[in-house]
Amino acid sequence: MDYFKQDLASLHADLVAKKMSAKELTQATFENIKATDPKIDAFLHLNEDQALAQADALDQAGITDDQPLAGIPLALKDNLVTKDEPTTAASKILENFTPVYDATVVSKLAAAKMVPVGKTNLDEFAMGGSTENSAFKTTKNAWDQTKVPGGSSGGSAAAVAAGMVPVALGTDTGGSIRQPASFNGIVGMKPTYGRVSRWGLIAFGSSFDAIGPMTRSVKDNAMMLSAIAGHDDHDLTSSDKAVPNFAADLTAATSVKGMRIGLPKEFLADGINDDVKQAILAAADTYRKLGATVDEVSLPHNKYGVAAYYIIASSEASSNLQRFDGIRYGYRAKDVKNLEDVYVKSRSEGFGAEVKRRIMLGTFSLSAGFYDAYFLKAAKVRTVILNDFKAILKDHDFIMGPVAPTPAFNIGAEIADPLTMYMNDILTIPVNLAGLPGLSLPAGFSNGLPVGMQLIGRPFDESTLYKAGYAFEQNTEFHTKVPALGGQN
Amino acid sequence: MANRINREQVKHVAELAKLEFTDDQLDALTPQLDDIIGLFESLSEVDTDNVEPTTNVTDQINVMREDVADNWGQSAALLKNAPDAARGYIKVPTIIDESED
Repeated sequence: MDYFKQDLASLHADLVAKKMSAKELTQATFENIKATDPKIDAFLHLNEDQALAQADALDQAGITDDQPLAGIPLALKDNLVTKDEPTTAASKILENFTPVYDATVVSKLAAAKMVPVGKTNLDEFAMGGSTENSAFKTTKNAWDQTKVPGGSSGGSAAAVAAGMVPVALGTDTGGSIRQPASFNGIVGMKPTYGRVSRWGLIAFGSSFDAIGPMTRSVKDNAMMLSAIAGHDDHDLTSSDKAVPNFAADLTAATSVKGMRIGLPKEFLADGINDDVKQAILAAADTYRKLGATVDEVSLPHNKYGVAAYYIIASSEASSNLQRFDGIRYGYRAKDVKNLEDVYVKSRSEGFGAEVKRRIMLGTFSLSAGFYDAYFLKAAKVRTVILNDFKAILKDHDFIMGPVAPTPAFNIGAEIADPLTMYMNDILTIPVNLAGLPGLSLPAGFSNGLPVGMQLIGRPFDESTLYKAGYAFEQNTEFHTKVPALGGQN
Repeated sequence: MANRINREQVKHVAELAKLEFTDDQLDALTPQLDDIIGLFESLSEVDTDNVEPTTNVTDQINVMREDVADNWGQSAALLKNAPDAARGYIKVPTIIDESED
């Protein structure tokens, strides 16, 4: 069975026609993971027994034509809580934590009868861009195991790219779906803020956090987003806007003809790798050939995005992570004599260096005497950046540009230099500040490593991004390339 | 080094955050935080007179729902996550430090 090359629709057709059973597909998935993951280290936890039992039950009940995701294996980033299955956020502080409920996205995919096979590695509490901040292991890039997979959803990205699972969920606070998707040559969507319920996502930056699909193709991604999106009473920031059947719009007739695309000059400025620039310029030409107009536009305050984000997101994190106090759940330090010791020692021993750094930055930015100069100023700059996007999107259907300034970098190269690591997020962060949807998809290669393109849309207009991404895919070959170690290929 | 934040201030912020650092960690952390705060200060270049802050990008305001308990009655499973528990309660060390009396 060579399901690595099949998309979700084709896997579904085979399951309905009983060319293979859900159990066979699940078994093949675990065989694949066991053969491949020792090289990649994408998974923190596998749940083989439950997955096989679930697949068996699906086979007994029969998979019908109206259940497009039934029986499809799925990996979940380990900051999404799963009832009775360990959930660590890749932190020592949650090493022995077992949630008592499922995240809304997990419940929705269970209702769609998908088969979760395990939890994937991430930067601790999703703070990082290389997955090196995990307390447990460093995931490797699917294309070159000396390179980082990106982050923080590096485990999900590498698992999909290496052919271990057809789809995974990631989360994106400042680029954590789009950048690892770009580094691994797959498709990742950060939906509009509020499109997908955050209930059960371990909170990092609550005004930014978004959950989205990571897949091998645009159409697979569109199918997955329709399945996880929608209002949820448990997340009052989730939107009650109707959720389209995004994949239904993606057909042979899908076209970008007549669309106006903005290409911000700041996205191709100094500091962006030449191969990355060339890939984006070539993609702009592809869109022109397909009948779209590509205009040079400007996001004049883009360069302030990183500073504004690291103030606001760290402030939100410092507040959200106060709940880890060593009392009700999670790690508690040994030999503590009083309550203050429980808090201070449990947190100091339980959190890793990057998480502590962000808590410190956030606590500083919110503290008496500094609040106005840092937090409040950053919140105002957030408005300015939002207005820059609004001005472009008033008369452009979407914005295009790179995802990251460079392709995947070497493991160990930047981990000692937090500021350099933060600056890598310069092209993804502004989209989170503005709450807009952003789609990352394969658009080229640089020395054998994938290069991604980012499409940024109006609020709740993921549909246009999927159409534009699909049109690009239909006219290019990048998404068909797979890494040499890839699964069964 | 520009000294936007010094070692004593880092220790103060750590106290607020309920974190502690060794001397070696403070030596490494202080210049890192100073660099990052230097980046933060670039925001002063942006004119934000008459600009309202954005703390929330949704258009949802004051969403209400019934206050109904769900998924409850799981105290045994919840207590399994507690570092220390007995007879249905979470155990903690002495709250009042008697040595300070």
